[in-house]
Amino acid sequence: MVERLDEAWIARGLRRAPFHRFLLWLAPWAAMLVLGAWAIFLCLRDGLFHTNMDNRYVFGLWIFLDLTVIALGAGAFFTGFLLYVMRKTELRAVINSAVVLGLVCYSGAVLILAVDVGQPLRAWFTFYHPNVHSMLAEVTFCITCYLTVLLIEYVPVLLRNRKLKAKPSMLVLEWNLHKVMVVFALIGTLLSFFHQGSLGGLFGVLRGRPFAFREGLLIWPSTFFLFVLSAMAAGPSFVALTTWLAEKAARRRLVRDEVYQTLGRVSGWLLLAYVFLKSLDTLLWINRTAPERGFPAHRFYEYGGAFGTWVLFAEIALLGLVPAALLLKPEWRARRGVMIAAAAMACLGVTLNRFIFTIQTLALPTMPFDRLLLYWPSWQEFAAFGFVVAYGVLLYSFSYRYLTLFPQERELAMAEARR
Amino acid sequence: MRKAGAETKTACYAMLIDLDRCNGCGACMVACAVENNVPPPQARSTPRTGLNWLRVFRLQTGGRDAFIPVMCMQCGEETPCQSVCPQKAVELDPATGIVGQIPERCLGCRYCMAACPYQARVFNWQDPHWPDGMERALNPRVSVRQRGTVEKCNFCHGRWQAAREKAAQDGEEGPVRYTPACVEACPAQAIRFGDLNDEDFAACCRQEGVFRLLESLGTGPKVFYKTSRAEVREAMRGFGEVKRG
Repeated sequence: MVERLDEAWIARGLRRAPFHRFLLWLAPWAAMLVLGAWAIFLCLRDGLFHTNMDNRYVFGLWIFLDLTVIALGAGAFFTGFLLYVMRKTELRAVINSAVVLGLVCYSGAVLILAVDVGQPLRAWFTFYHPNVHSMLAEVTFCITCYLTVLLIEYVPVLLRNRKLKAKPSMLVLEWNLHKVMVVFALIGTLLSFFHQGSLGGLFGVLRGRPFAFREGLLIWPSTFFLFVLSAMAAGPSFVALTTWLAEKAARRRLVRDEVYQTLGRVSGWLLLAYVFLKSLDTLLWINRTAPERGFPAHRFYEYGGAFGTWVLFAEIALLGLVPAALLLKPEWRARRGVMIAAAAMACLGVTLNRFIFTIQTLALPTMPFDRLLLYWPSWQEFAAFGFVVAYGVLLYSFSYRYLTLFPQERELAMAEARR
Repeated sequence: MRKAGAETKTACYAMLIDLDRCNGCGACMVACAVENNVPPPQARSTPRTGLNWLRVFRLQTGGRDAFIPVMCMQCGEETPCQSVCPQKAVELDPATGIVGQIPERCLGCRYCMAACPYQARVFNWQDPHWPDGMERALNPRVSVRQRGTVEKCNFCHGRWQAAREKAAQDGEEGPVRYTPACVEACPAQAIRFGDLNDEDFAACCRQEGVFRLLESLGTGPKVFYKTSRAEVREAMRGFGEVKRG
């Protein structure tokens, strides 16, 4: 009986694992969540000395995590943009999943930010006394607004639950929300565009940190545009990667091949554009921006090890140009293994980029008599990181089980059964 | 002597540190901590999480050490920390040229610390704590900062406030003269404090051998360094082999 305990909540025609197996799947993630919650509690109760951050490494694992998940979460806004604005209707098959991924990424980022700041109860000051010149104020505004949009976008996905659909009022609400969803997709695109950019601007405006400082267009440093473009490139790859992982976990096909093809093609072209612009930006930085501020760029890479020139090569060539080529050639893209490997490389590339801006910027000394410093996160930092991962997996797992994340799943299952 | 039009109402406070005189004794660091109610290091503090508004670095060059006191440079041009603060907790006072940090508004995001090229800002990683009885010696003119906020040198703002009050009582107008704690404590008289609107002081800051740290960044620091040793000046421009003092 336990196996069928939640059957009434599962959409008709969808096969799901027995309830006890679902509970077994949840157990390790729940344990990770509890450990993370304890670490977060310690940091909130006693202060951030539980972390290994210090007066030099003022940003650590958490901010790196924030920047990364927000870049990957761009899959939500960009899939919405492709579907509702560019009319790539085949992406309707993954839009619900993309919305849940976006919600997980953004809510996780906001949650960890609340732990990372020293005075979380003063967060409202930013809305009441905003410094309009601060990129961080812009990030705070846009992320808060976009998280609200994502929550609204999640409601119709939630209302497709079998039990909720049984209530006529819920059906009406779902129908009405569905009609206006294009408006939210547009608002989401605008907000997401700005805060992805502001996150890049966050580092590009640091005129006291020549490693991160970049020239730009009007008030925006080049990192503003590069962060937007890299997030737009990595977002569809992340949606493809998670869909593939969901298929592996569920042991069945969830979307048609054309969905992967579209996501891969879009990601490939954007990645290529990003690699081109990033290369131009790097050349400009090496030859003009950094030397003009008294720092020849080669000095930043003198330390070797984790911060050697290989990082630059890995970011632009290995995890930029190579996946772009793999995703753009139709024959390679058609092979699922190659396509997923390329998508994973694109996601790793954007992760490395965020690592460089967050961690390498702080590791490098600015004063001539200072030295390179290294940092390794404390267990509390890892546990809080694990909390966000576990929260994401749990929310996605519940959404997959009880909602219809992949509308083509039923149809593909029937076709499979007929065969 | 003030510059022409001595009626100037604002000041532009600055420091001139003679590196030839500094022997790295650290008296300035102690005086700074006492004056500004900086709590002593706690059990879990490390050299990287301690609260020091003023640090003295040791530069090993030319067979003879040089000691470099580094505090907030009160950057006057495109102040890096001011523009990044999301909630206006950092303010450049046009009347004094001092960059103020307002702990009551600080969110503790530490973006200003990332922005500061001098790493002159410190964060309260834990609750401040003074050993029993020591809290009675706290300076009533300086508020104690709480956990989760950023703090930094403000050229002894409490002393400036006291000097301003006294000047008002005496009916004096214009910028006030006062002495920060580190200047007063230095046994070698290596630190000079003054107003860049004062021609004499400004001339001292322009003389040969005077330079500013990371001047090429264009942030207009108001702490000047002076040394007759060319190798020290050279090492301050490049990457020398250095140990923290």
